[in-house]
Amino acid sequence: MNIVADGLRVNYGTVRAVDDVTFSLDGGKIYGLLGRNGSGKTSLLSVLAAFRKESGGTVRIGGRPVFENAAVTRDVCLIRDAGETVDIGTAADALDFAEWLRPNWDAEYAGTLMDRFKLKRSANVKAMSKGQRSALGVVVGLAARAPLTMFDESYIGMDAPSRYAFYDALLADYMEHPRTIILSTHLIEEVGSLFEEVLIIKQGRLLLHEQSETLLARGTSVTGPVARVDAFTSGLTVLNTSTLGPTKAAMVYGDLDAASRAGAREAGLELGPIAMQDLFVHLTDPDSDPVLPAPVPAEPAGEVR
Amino acid sequence: MSLFAPMVHYKSNEPAKRVFMFDDQSPIYRQIADRIKTEVLNGTLNGDDQVMSTNRYAVFYRINPATAAKAFQQLVDEGVLYKKRGIGMFVSPDAPEALRTQRRESFFAEVVAPMVAEARVIGIPLTDIVKKINELEEQA
Repeated sequence: MNIVADGLRVNYGTVRAVDDVTFSLDGGKIYGLLGRNGSGKTSLLSVLAAFRKESGGTVRIGGRPVFENAAVTRDVCLIRDAGETVDIGTAADALDFAEWLRPNWDAEYAGTLMDRFKLKRSANVKAMSKGQRSALGVVVGLAARAPLTMFDESYIGMDAPSRYAFYDALLADYMEHPRTIILSTHLIEEVGSLFEEVLIIKQGRLLLHEQSETLLARGTSVTGPVARVDAFTSGLTVLNTSTLGPTKAAMVYGDLDAASRAGAREAGLELGPIAMQDLFVHLTDPDSDPVLPAPVPAEPAGEVR
Repeated sequence: MSLFAPMVHYKSNEPAKRVFMFDDQSPIYRQIADRIKTEVLNGTLNGDDQVMSTNRYAVFYRINPATAAKAFQQLVDEGVLYKKRGIGMFVSPDAPEALRTQRRESFFAEVVAPMVAEARVIGIPLTDIVKKINELEEQA
């Protein structure tokens, strides 16, 4: 299910939480939505889920407007950071409600996930721990099998084994029932390898939208004697530097061709990759405004994997 | 040496699964491709053997299946694997020999030259290296 946002804005009074955001997602992929706290991720997801109306611009899901459009919203599922928020009864009530709401609901799969996260149907949602509520949200989000499924930091309070159980279940179910998944997360080290494409939001604006491999390929750490690193990185987009005595490491963002890579090695510089988490941290630094290369268009979907 | 954190910490939480750590020097898809090549070279995979599906690789390494597909595509482009539509990926019959030839060609540049450079830095005469090689040859 493709998603097209054009000049999208969300205002809270005079504050622009989402500011002129334009993107086009083919759908059928796992997307990572990354941004610092307060960058507008949740506002953007809320508009996609029709929880709130856009202040300006347009958003279309499968070609149709979203807000107050039941035909679209039943195909869209957003699980927020509070996990399961229907806290009027037991976990069983929450599952019944989701079943009533979701045309593709898989009750058997929901049961399997309840067991995997060790959740009791009889448990009162209000009395659940944060981690349990998050896990229940994950169960609802996965078993809904919504063509557009979004998790907004839905792991809050979940311990590491539960989070990995979530990632494994998400990946397996995505492959069995391909659909569009958007994950908003801070735990990039844990989940970054699941993303096919990444969108980074900075202060309400879309900073970049790239295939994961492109983003990673553009990050290069350059390490060596201070003067040589400075000479090599002059004119390049440098996200961050650190020095250790006579040694300097610079994070470069951009396409380095084979010739300049070979040149760096001949100059005794060490080149290495940069983790997605580190790229994210430095690309979203509010005090810097890095010059970014043009995005590489994604290959068209459709190839059977 | 890098002053930055390493690239990928891949760990599985399931003790029964084998745990692989990707190194921090190249993209995951290239590492998967290299592992498959190594399996072809050491005879774990033979000509016309079927390779596990991209989905199986995705689950095993906890990565997006598109990343695994990219590794496979690279190996198809290099002639290591071939695709049977609707069935899967297979090892090219001439892949083992082709890979051996390739590794032989790069052996002196990628294995011997760095060793000689290292020996110079730490002050080991080349004659000592030759002597050691001859010893190993006799033991084998």
